[in-house]
Amino acid sequence: MTEPARSGRSDRSPWNWLLVIPIVIPLLTPLYNRDDPRLLGFPAFYWVQLAFILLGVATTSAVYLATRRPRAKEAGDE
Amino acid sequence: MSDHITEIVVFTALFLLVSGMGFVAAKWRAPKDMAHLDEWGLGGRSFGGWITWFLVGGDLYTAYTFVAVPALIFGAGAAGFFAVPYTVIIYPLFFLILIRLWSVSHRHGFVTPADFVRTRFDSPTLALLVAITGIVATMPYIALQLVGIEAVLKTMGVTGDSALARHAPIIVAFAILAAYTYQSGLRAPALIAFVKDTLIYIVILVAVLYLPYKLGGWGSIFDDANAKFQASPSPNDGITLNANNQLQYVTLALGSALALFLYPHSITGVLASKNRNVIKRNMSALPAYSLLLGLIALLGYMAISAGVKPLPGTNPGTVDSNTVVPLLFDQQFPAWFTGVAFAAIGIGALVPAAIMSIAAANLFTRNIYKEYLRKDATPAQEANVSKITSLVVKVGAVACIIFLDPQFSIDLQLIGGIIILQTGPAVALGLYTRWLHRGGLIAGWVAGMGLGMWMLYQIPNAATGRKHFGGSAFPLAEFGFDTRRTIYVGFIAVAVNILVAVIATLILRATKTPEGVDGTTPDDYFADEGDPRLEKTRTTPDAIGSST
Repeated sequence: MTEPARSGRSDRSPWNWLLVIPIVIPLLTPLYNRDDPRLLGFPAFYWVQLAFILLGVATTSAVYLATRRPRAKEAGDE
Repeated sequence: MSDHITEIVVFTALFLLVSGMGFVAAKWRAPKDMAHLDEWGLGGRSFGGWITWFLVGGDLYTAYTFVAVPALIFGAGAAGFFAVPYTVIIYPLFFLILIRLWSVSHRHGFVTPADFVRTRFDSPTLALLVAITGIVATMPYIALQLVGIEAVLKTMGVTGDSALARHAPIIVAFAILAAYTYQSGLRAPALIAFVKDTLIYIVILVAVLYLPYKLGGWGSIFDDANAKFQASPSPNDGITLNANNQLQYVTLALGSALALFLYPHSITGVLASKNRNVIKRNMSALPAYSLLLGLIALLGYMAISAGVKPLPGTNPGTVDSNTVVPLLFDQQFPAWFTGVAFAAIGIGALVPAAIMSIAAANLFTRNIYKEYLRKDATPAQEANVSKITSLVVKVGAVACIIFLDPQFSIDLQLIGGIIILQTGPAVALGLYTRWLHRGGLIAGWVAGMGLGMWMLYQIPNAATGRKHFGGSAFPLAEFGFDTRRTIYVGFIAVAVNILVAVIATLILRATKTPEGVDGTTPDDYFADEGDPRLEKTRTTPDAIGSST
């Protein structure tokens, strides 16, 4: 029903699977739903979830770097 | 009032400064021709990494969020912390989806998500449903920004007793906002967002370093909160979750994340960026705001520890818990710094309110005005209609706050998240597959919307003593399960939406109902800056595959 892609570009990459980690882990409440151990006074419930932010940043950055298109195509990029 | 004079002076000065910036913004990165919806409504689709970061950050993390999330933590404890997992999962979740939406919109000149649905599924009706859902979901969200400003004004004591005196400062603030949005379009909130976010970051960093020092350390803040929740009769509060609200916590975080990037104002911010890499980099950089939000949420516990008592609400016998953070600042900081903090919240309301009104106006212009009222509208006419609609939208939002109980806006916003989720199958799944039939998507929308409304209607609110629309946590016992667990309404509603869409698609396909022509090609979803654009208003020789 549609023509084949003209340039053959795609955003498929095995690296994208990394993105599943920061989506699933923060939703598993048994991992962090407790008071101990505390860190700097923060109960586990709070510092573990704040640490998930770093997990999210690390995985999205890794996927971005690994799937970046070659510079030649990005002439107008800053 | 006199003891707040320094706060009022600092607040007013900063407010006037950003208002000036709003008007000057029309000349910032000035286009050759402002009379085009791409310029007024999307800032010329030219924003780089930094501007996008400030703009989208200022757009997603609103003043209301900054006031309401700590208020929730203050009242219920751990359950209110869902804002953190919610804003963690949203970026990996939308990483791939948004760049596809950007590409196909860049290629076809789409301004709204409904534009995409119109072309993808060849269905003006489905596009109309998406547009109306977007407008209805956005209106109360704009009104809530006013609730954020009002909490600050109340604490400064500049609100009188009569209905008009109470709202006069807000009417003035919104009139100024409306004027510079009309003139500068998306450039105004983009420029103001720099000031807003800088102020917020400074205020919060100072607060989370200084207040724990003053209140005896983080450990004792959490212990004070724990003691309060232990003493309260409510079974569902506490500094950790219990067996009954964990499912609600998880589904609310996931459902809210799915909903956030379906809101027209988020999509407007994303489409204004100049290429795919800007979006990808921002998906890694925007979580800085999530960290900020997590720290702001904990201000709720600091308010408990500091013994803050919220101001009375509009109805006798109720309290306005949205005032806890403003009161905390008022009690703990010198007046000039409190003024800066209040200005940060006040200006924080203006950025999203401007973007939301622009997004709602764009939906009206593109998917109602151009589709049904004036098919041959020129880009200049489109820009003009959008500018006027943005004024109408703001008047509507102010009217909501003045004439209705503010609680009504909060309820509507709760409903807003659930109804905007119902556009997900068409907008988000549509970026990946055209398997679902346009008729199936309409049937799914109707089913999801109907079920969502019914479920919300069944939920009472013990705190305010109302029988209906009391929250988004639906008791599973209503479905006949023998449990006290609750689940997020939007989650069930969107699951049913998809199920109905799939079944209806199978039926429509079996009966050979026409499914229209897909106006996009697979290659469109990977287009990037510099690729040729297809525009419906012009016939380009390059119009490949638009009729396949």
